[in-house]
Amino acid sequence: MRFASHRDIARALERAIRRAGVPVAFSAGFTPHPKISYAGAAPTGVASLAEYFEFTLAEYLDPGLVRDRLDNAMPDGIDVVEVVVAGSGGLADRLEASEWRVEMPGVAPDDAREAAAVYLAAETVEVERLTKKGRRRFDTREAVLRMEVEECAAAEKNETYAILRLVVRHMTPAVRPDDVVTGLRQKAGLAPPSSTVMTRLAQGPLDEASGAIADPFAANDETAQNGEPERAAPGEGEVPADQAGRAEEAPRSSLLTRDSGHA
Amino acid sequence: MPVESVFPRLEALLPSVQKPVQYAGGELNSVVKDWDACEVRWALMYPDAYEVGVPNQGVQILYEVLNEREGVLAERTYAVWADLEEAMRAHGIPQFTVDAHRPVGAFDILGVSLASEMGYTNLLTALDLAGIPLRSADRGDDHPVVLIGGHAAFNPEPLADFVDAAVLGDGEEVTLAITEVVREWKREGCPGGRDELLLRLASGGGVYVPRFYDVEYLPDGRIGRYVPNRTGVPWSVQKHTVMDLDNWPYPKDPIVPIAESVHERYSVEIFRGCTRGCRFCQAGMITRPVRERGKETIANMVDKGVRSSGFQEVGLLSLSSADHSEISDIAKGLADTYEGTNTGLSLPSTRVDAFNIDLANELNRNGRRSGLTFAPEGGSERMRRVINKMVTEADLIRTVTAAYEAGWRQVKLYFMCGLPTEEDEDVLAIADLAREVIKAGRSATGRNDIRCTVSIGGFVPKPQTPFQWAGQTSHDDVDARLRKLKDELRSDRRYGKAIGLRYHDGRPSTVEGLLSRGDRRVGRVIEQAWRDGARFDGWSEHFSFERWSEAAAKALADEVVDLEWFTVRERDRDEVLPWDHLDAGLDRDWLWQDWQDSLHGNEAVEVDDCRWTPCYDCGVCPSMGTEIQIGPTPTPESPSRKLPLTVIQ
Repeated sequence: MRFASHRDIARALERAIRRAGVPVAFSAGFTPHPKISYAGAAPTGVASLAEYFEFTLAEYLDPGLVRDRLDNAMPDGIDVVEVVVAGSGGLADRLEASEWRVEMPGVAPDDAREAAAVYLAAETVEVERLTKKGRRRFDTREAVLRMEVEECAAAEKNETYAILRLVVRHMTPAVRPDDVVTGLRQKAGLAPPSSTVMTRLAQGPLDEASGAIADPFAANDETAQNGEPERAAPGEGEVPADQAGRAEEAPRSSLLTRDSGHA
Repeated sequence: MPVESVFPRLEALLPSVQKPVQYAGGELNSVVKDWDACEVRWALMYPDAYEVGVPNQGVQILYEVLNEREGVLAERTYAVWADLEEAMRAHGIPQFTVDAHRPVGAFDILGVSLASEMGYTNLLTALDLAGIPLRSADRGDDHPVVLIGGHAAFNPEPLADFVDAAVLGDGEEVTLAITEVVREWKREGCPGGRDELLLRLASGGGVYVPRFYDVEYLPDGRIGRYVPNRTGVPWSVQKHTVMDLDNWPYPKDPIVPIAESVHERYSVEIFRGCTRGCRFCQAGMITRPVRERGKETIANMVDKGVRSSGFQEVGLLSLSSADHSEISDIAKGLADTYEGTNTGLSLPSTRVDAFNIDLANELNRNGRRSGLTFAPEGGSERMRRVINKMVTEADLIRTVTAAYEAGWRQVKLYFMCGLPTEEDEDVLAIADLAREVIKAGRSATGRNDIRCTVSIGGFVPKPQTPFQWAGQTSHDDVDARLRKLKDELRSDRRYGKAIGLRYHDGRPSTVEGLLSRGDRRVGRVIEQAWRDGARFDGWSEHFSFERWSEAAAKALADEVVDLEWFTVRERDRDEVLPWDHLDAGLDRDWLWQDWQDSLHGNEAVEVDDCRWTPCYDCGVCPSMGTEIQIGPTPTPESPSRKLPLTVIQ
């Protein structure tokens, strides 16, 4: 599923909503569209355990029920983990940063640590990437809040294998994990393999001091109408719906999807 | 023997290729069965890109029909793009199925659906990547039987060296019959190896095995005759016709791709066959007679299919969907069912007239308004008479006027260029017709933003049609006529800007003509072109005419025949055609007479539809043991049936 583009995922979600019989609201107008907004989609080729959607329902439904129905209707490889009633404020505003895992088979952890140190010591690390607006050159360093090499990865895998953990702030232009890897290669001479596997582990509000990422649904737990939202076991992927604080009068749903990575 | 998934090795290559999700599988409603628990294993291929192949009805139907059987599995495989082909060769990864990523070479049968001749080179790529010898003669007992079907299989001769077998017509029943032959042969311990299996398939008369027929050629290059070279092999092979579509309500659970595909909808065939009698139309000739699916079956299939897939659009497919005897009930029923759900309905390939504007409105009730495409096919009255597409200019103007009045601002008109007996003025008449359309639209609506798009395709004479004897118009003539048409429209200051013209250069049609009416000698041209790099020939950005014409020159250097001989040459009545031993049920004398009848210009003889006029003895029903199956007789209120215009949405 990591090879699906954000448009592919959006299509799959819309179809799942129809199969599940979840009464999503449609926009008015000549060509009505389901009211779904997507925030911060992971790039194609990158797996994710933390993708989020927000959508509006035409009528109030229990978030747990929505979760179950949507999860059943999703193709294998996409799991709906949690659905909550949306709080105030846009979902996108709560997604300030992402945590990424970058697996690099064939790279020695010590080499990775050394490269990370060089990278973190730099003021700026510029890279180039082809964007929709053409080839752009931008700094990656400012967005990278944390960069660590996991211990014991090599021992577990019993081979030369480095795993990098990154916390990257969301900014414009977006700094993607592959941009950081490009930066590592160019600035610090790291030679990552073509089979690098990248996974988004979390997205959410950023604690500037610690560089930790909080649960974007935390705010909702207090206001949810139907008791504690159910939360699936970590790693299963997910989706939440929400019906804002004032669920009775103005049902809204924010829906969050994590897809669980490898197809 | 355990068969392993190639995915772990493939996955490492996917980040560096275009649209990798197309190779990843995991689609909703795809099926992965236990390999070792199955006795007969099919790999089904559509030899084009995944995005084109995945919605294909034929493959989806057979996939379900086979996977429903105990002990039988079917998986799908598609043509891989050049970037992945190169990477697979570099890393030794074989052609794989998208369902379980099993190597295609491990299956018992590779069933290939050939909708178009332009996929032939992709078939060779797949065979080569699969590690299956290109030539049937070089294959051993461990290689899959390479079997082709689909419309292009009605002349399989250009592929005769590369395929083991071909079937003609509807696939549901014959696919199961073949499965049983293979199962029995395997249970017996594969006696006589591959040869005996093919002989068992051929002896029933429903499977064509090219290697069991010798071709004799005359000194001038024409075919002398086809002779079976084995006892028990029949002189001719018959097509298959499924007689009760209500018994075969497939697809039930359509594949829903993660990747974007060319048709994002749940499609149901509302009938098969067409007897309108358009002389250029191979589909209409080889799928006779008309067999309707009942309106209840259609409603049930749509209900289940939409719930199973989550698609937002329903396509009611056939060769001429408004001709279904119960089409208004069907359309109204579906529009009522999906009221307020934003589910669109579409009728691709539909003949339209005033009545059908109502129908089109019904279809658009719950979705966005789609475009209207009318297909007069020929620009002049004379041309339309030649091809038996009997629509007058008055019919067309009446229809488009109604469409513009009903709120459409744009219509598309589809034509062909290069039809038999065509002259420059027949093509220039397209401009006159388009001008009249704009004029009618402006006066009907009082608006100036009326548009008309004229889309033109090159005509290719096809086997098993009245035009199978025709000389194909050279691409130079086609291109010259289209240039004149373009100049004519461009110089029109009053209407020119309201008319869009879309056409392609004529050269791909020449190659399509070679592959359509070629014989076994053309196989060498295909292989040469493929070795020279031909892939995805149906895609204009990948097609190279130079590559094909050089390949033809090289591969046919020692023959008395060449590219022109196969394409622009008119055949005479007595010539043995490469598909004469393959029986689509059409009476050869009737086809010839219809060809002759077409050649009288304004006096060309009209053939009406046998659904509502007496049988005209095309030969299909008596020779195939079939009959027309349609619903209630058309009422006098729907004279629309007589107006042959086409809507493609």
